[in-house]
Amino acid sequence: MVTIQQIEDTMTPYQILDVEGNVVGSVPKLSTEQFLQLYRAMYLGRVFSNKIIALQRQGRATTFGSLLGQEASAVGLAAPMQAQDWLTTSYREIASLIVRGVPLTTLIYSFRGFTPVFPKETRCLPVQIVIATQMLHAVGLGMAAKIAGDNAVAVGVCGDGATSEGDFNEALNFAGVFQAPVVLVVQNNGWAISVPRRLQSAAPTFAARGPGFGVPSVLVDGNDVLAVYDVMQQALARARSGHGPTLIETLTYRLGAHTTADDPTRYRDAAEVEVWKAKDPIVRFKRFLIQRGLWSEEQDQQLIAVVEEEINEAANIALNMPPPAPDSFFDYLTDSPTPRLLEQRAELRRFAQQDQ
Amino acid sequence: MQMTMIEALNQALALELERDKRVVIFGEDIGANGGVFRVTEGLQRKFGVQRVFDTPLAESGIIGTSVGMAVYGLRPIAEIQFAGFLFVCMNQLLSQATRIRFRSGGAYTCPLVVRAPYGGGVRTPELHSDSVEGLFLQSPGFKIIIPSNPYDAKGLLASAVADPEPVLFLENIKLYRSFRQEVPEDYYTIPIGKAKVVQEGRDVTVMAYGAMVPVALEAAKKAQQEAGTSVEVIDLRTVWPLDEETIVNSVTKTGRAVIVHEAPKAGGVGAEVTAIINEKCLFSLLQPVARVTGYDTPYPVPGQEDYYVPNVPRVLDAIRRVMEP
Repeated sequence: MVTIQQIEDTMTPYQILDVEGNVVGSVPKLSTEQFLQLYRAMYLGRVFSNKIIALQRQGRATTFGSLLGQEASAVGLAAPMQAQDWLTTSYREIASLIVRGVPLTTLIYSFRGFTPVFPKETRCLPVQIVIATQMLHAVGLGMAAKIAGDNAVAVGVCGDGATSEGDFNEALNFAGVFQAPVVLVVQNNGWAISVPRRLQSAAPTFAARGPGFGVPSVLVDGNDVLAVYDVMQQALARARSGHGPTLIETLTYRLGAHTTADDPTRYRDAAEVEVWKAKDPIVRFKRFLIQRGLWSEEQDQQLIAVVEEEINEAANIALNMPPPAPDSFFDYLTDSPTPRLLEQRAELRRFAQQDQ
Repeated sequence: MQMTMIEALNQALALELERDKRVVIFGEDIGANGGVFRVTEGLQRKFGVQRVFDTPLAESGIIGTSVGMAVYGLRPIAEIQFAGFLFVCMNQLLSQATRIRFRSGGAYTCPLVVRAPYGGGVRTPELHSDSVEGLFLQSPGFKIIIPSNPYDAKGLLASAVADPEPVLFLENIKLYRSFRQEVPEDYYTIPIGKAKVVQEGRDVTVMAYGAMVPVALEAAKKAQQEAGTSVEVIDLRTVWPLDEETIVNSVTKTGRAVIVHEAPKAGGVGAEVTAIINEKCLFSLLQPVARVTGYDTPYPVPGQEDYYVPNVPRVLDAIRRVMEP
């Protein structure tokens, strides 16, 4: 008789630092400056997130999804990328975009509810709202790089909920079939708004999805910035040297609400949040830095002040930038507007003037 | 050279591959098989699997990856095997391909061409005959081209590939091999957004596109024979954006309008053309506008489809109606 069996999954998350910041793996060879850059970027992501949430509470920003708790994952995946690489993300990876060079003012301006001209030289796509669609864009970007004979790798990032979408699975399949130079990252933060991870899949990990598509995969502690950095660097190198795609699942946790419009006390236990607070990725990395003699509490206090000042300054600039012309969104549709569009634009202008 | 629409399209694609290294063509069964209708016949052999390739059977994957390729700077031409399968990739088409430019403040463009066969009367299984163009009218960002003959098909496809914005290029299955026409072997373009007056007339304007153009012409001939009615027939060619100028000029002249399409009546191209007439030249009308369209039902099974697709008697009936004094 044939044996019907579940695919064995013995994956354990790859870790370099344990929760206490002790080294339990092989630390990547980074300079002191590089270690501190990772730390600073995580901190910047957190302060940025808190700032936008504060602005939203004051009515000066639109809906925003908290980044709290996912800083190691977002920073670690973006930091090893090269200038020619592409990045497509959801709304939860703002810290990745910052690492890739998207200006703070551009991001803050967008959270005021306006469209900035996106800095295309960063090779990041604007944040994706429709879940999982960006994973296919990443694969297409990677396929294009391969066809063009360029040395670029594309990185697509989504959350655990996105793995249930067809596009996520089609992205993995296309990546495998075309051996596209891509890295697909699932930030598994435990929750898709109010739906827990166990309701997205019966499989023990999302990383297990990779082998089913012929795509090698790895499970990594998403609150360990060095571990994320390390696996990402390896996956990028694999892709760049023609060895095809990699799927990475980062195990992390959304400490905040889904967005400023969400109240997580309706659906999850405070005790669970406390467990994850104790695994704070920033605290963990700080402990490591102090243990290595690279950092001190005193320097930490200084960094907090410097980062907060940088964010406040960027916010001041972005909040004082003039709003775009009311009809500017017509510019973004087409280079060759029809007479009909010009008529509609003139109508908008006429009424916008009356408003003033 | 005398060509069918299939041959004209095949030549247009070959010319694009020759002219521009950025052009890549892909879809289901388009490689060794040359497409289920043979539009891409021989292209993979000539230009290689790197530029002409089969994909996994996943329409959303085809469009989603082509969005990435277009943003990267390639000129992807994606084939969706039948227009009815566009339903599978509507999200990537409408929330992504058409919006990347808008979302990025104009920083990124998506010069993508999506080709798909459509249209009835050829006894296909379900969802192989549907006309879906109306669905796209409410989704700004797509240009929609539907040629009615081999010459236009070749020139319009060249324009579609050259266009910096996404284009949906719908090819009528019945017209693929129904007749040959003189088509230049060289590269040429036909402008997007320009309708063509295929027959001048004084009394009534009949507007159509795709396979409804020959139906309109045949009905016009009969109207001339039976009542001496002089019918102006307009081939819209591009159904979005519509050539308002040509429509309004003609209806202003004739005072009577009939619109013919295979797609359902509600909210479609005919409804939009009627609204344009109402807004721009209502008082030229001598009779209400008539629409001859598919019915507001799903496209029916082969045994009944001939009752659904507009034919010469239905168009002639509409011409008679609007010609009443």
